[in-house]
Amino acid sequence: MTAPAWLKTTGFYLLVGIIVLQALFPFYYAVLTSLEDGQALFEVNYLPAVFDLSNYRSMLSDGVFGKQILNSVFVATVTVIISLFLAITASFALARIRFRGRGLLLLTILSVSMFPQIAVLSGLFELIRAFGLFNSLWSLVFSYMIFTLPFTVWVLTTFMRALPIEIEEAAIMDGASSFTIIRRIFVPLLWPAMVTTGLLAFIHAWNEFLFALTFLSTDTQRTVPVAIALISGRSEFEVPWGNIMAASVVVTLPLVVLVLIFQRRIVSGLTAGAVKG
Amino acid sequence: MSAIPETSMPTAPVTARTSRLSRERIRSAWLFLAPMLIVLAGVALYPLYRTIWFSFTDASLDLLGEARFIGWRNYLEYVDYGNGDGEWFGLLADPRWWRSVWNTVWFALVSVSLETAFGLVIALVLHKKFPGRVWVQAAVLIPWAIPTIVSARMWAWMLHDQFGIVNDMLQRLGLIDAPVAWTASPETAMIAVIMVDVWKTTPFMALLILAGLQMVPKDMYEAARLDGVPPIRLFRKVTLPLIMPALLVAIVFRALDALRVFDIVYVMTPNTDATRTMSVYARENLFDFDRFAYGSAASTLLFFIIALITIGFIYATRMNLEGDER
Repeated sequence: MTAPAWLKTTGFYLLVGIIVLQALFPFYYAVLTSLEDGQALFEVNYLPAVFDLSNYRSMLSDGVFGKQILNSVFVATVTVIISLFLAITASFALARIRFRGRGLLLLTILSVSMFPQIAVLSGLFELIRAFGLFNSLWSLVFSYMIFTLPFTVWVLTTFMRALPIEIEEAAIMDGASSFTIIRRIFVPLLWPAMVTTGLLAFIHAWNEFLFALTFLSTDTQRTVPVAIALISGRSEFEVPWGNIMAASVVVTLPLVVLVLIFQRRIVSGLTAGAVKG
Repeated sequence: MSAIPETSMPTAPVTARTSRLSRERIRSAWLFLAPMLIVLAGVALYPLYRTIWFSFTDASLDLLGEARFIGWRNYLEYVDYGNGDGEWFGLLADPRWWRSVWNTVWFALVSVSLETAFGLVIALVLHKKFPGRVWVQAAVLIPWAIPTIVSARMWAWMLHDQFGIVNDMLQRLGLIDAPVAWTASPETAMIAVIMVDVWKTTPFMALLILAGLQMVPKDMYEAARLDGVPPIRLFRKVTLPLIMPALLVAIVFRALDALRVFDIVYVMTPNTDATRTMSVYARENLFDFDRFAYGSAASTLLFFIIALITIGFIYATRMNLEGDER
């Protein structure tokens, strides 16, 4: 009754093929489109027909797009550094020290990560205007803490809990301060976990749209997702699809490279946040 | 009984020392937590409180400081015309709001179900050992890493009514006769949005389920294989119940995420009643229609809907937050 082995194997690899194809095809097609210009753009091609870099040239030469990439790099990097610094000390307290209210505190932090961004949008808008941060990149660094901080604290706490108690006993006996313990013992042990969480926070900050759309108002201050979302033509028929795809590829390529290099870390970080919790 | 003072004698000074030490540690714990908690309060709790406050005022975008309390009028208000006639106003009487609630719920329901089904298939494939598995996993991760805005625009291009490759494929396969205006026509706009969301977030689902699969002890399969249990039965009776907790966590995470969907809808199908979600509705009112207070009311309602679901979930699973297993 059972199907022959070769049929099963073929079926399995067919499934694998479909999975890989559906995952990669849209990006492949974006690259393909970004290399087409003029008439070629309006013919459906499945395989590369032309190799024309003019879309990339026109995107990168107008100056604004380059500035926007730098904006994104700045915001994502600074966000990651600040949230990792705040999170490592906080998660030390949450993972290694017993005190009353710890469970409730963790619960509060976890629930902040469930906050819909739109729920804080009007309040944050008021706060950012009051601080004079409107249209400044610091408004994004500040507001992105709402999702990077709960996440990094949560994941670093689970990682730190997994470390045996013995590693800090000797240091406590020697009378080392908690800050020294963090700096000399936990940071060296946890740096892989910090790379993982930092990477995920970076990707999240790099991709964020709603806050960036709301808190920045001029072209030169925008981050790339907003820039790409706002590229449009004067009419529906003049949308510069070639430029949009070129910008999309430029923005996505670093992330694809990161995924390929840090695949295992990303997977462990993504699942640590949910499953171990 | 005389043994007690003897054994407790040497421990007494140690206890005193550890309690002084633990007092010190508890003090330093709060010191370490303070910066993180202050930032979190500033970026989450205070803005949330202000949003809720604004929802009870007549604030407008340029006159935030002069907002006056007006009670529940943004939510629901009966205006009596004096001649025995009257009309209900406010969010709860706005059919556009209810339409966006329905759109959001429908979107969340369909996309999370599809993501669960596809995620399960991909997770089961990745759980097998085969040459090139690592590369397949990397390929699966790529849609997840692509910015939502980029995937929305990539798909908008692929779904273009005249030059789109999807219409071309479907026509070649003979599945449709004429090109479909996927994002523009009200009947298909939601399908297009769901399609992109499913494509983009299935990897996340697959990875969470895969992590659950990897925690199932190997000898369980071994035993079932030796007993000659057919694979489908094995899946239903052994695998599925064992990965259920991981599956539920993944579903709830995704559902909460889907209920606040904004980016895809805003970029792919702007200004369509067919796809407007709660988040899009709220932002439109806040910043495009200059009805700041009204938009705040919509944001507040969305927050409480999501909060209720989260609380229900935490209560239902009785998550172990203290980490007391040690």
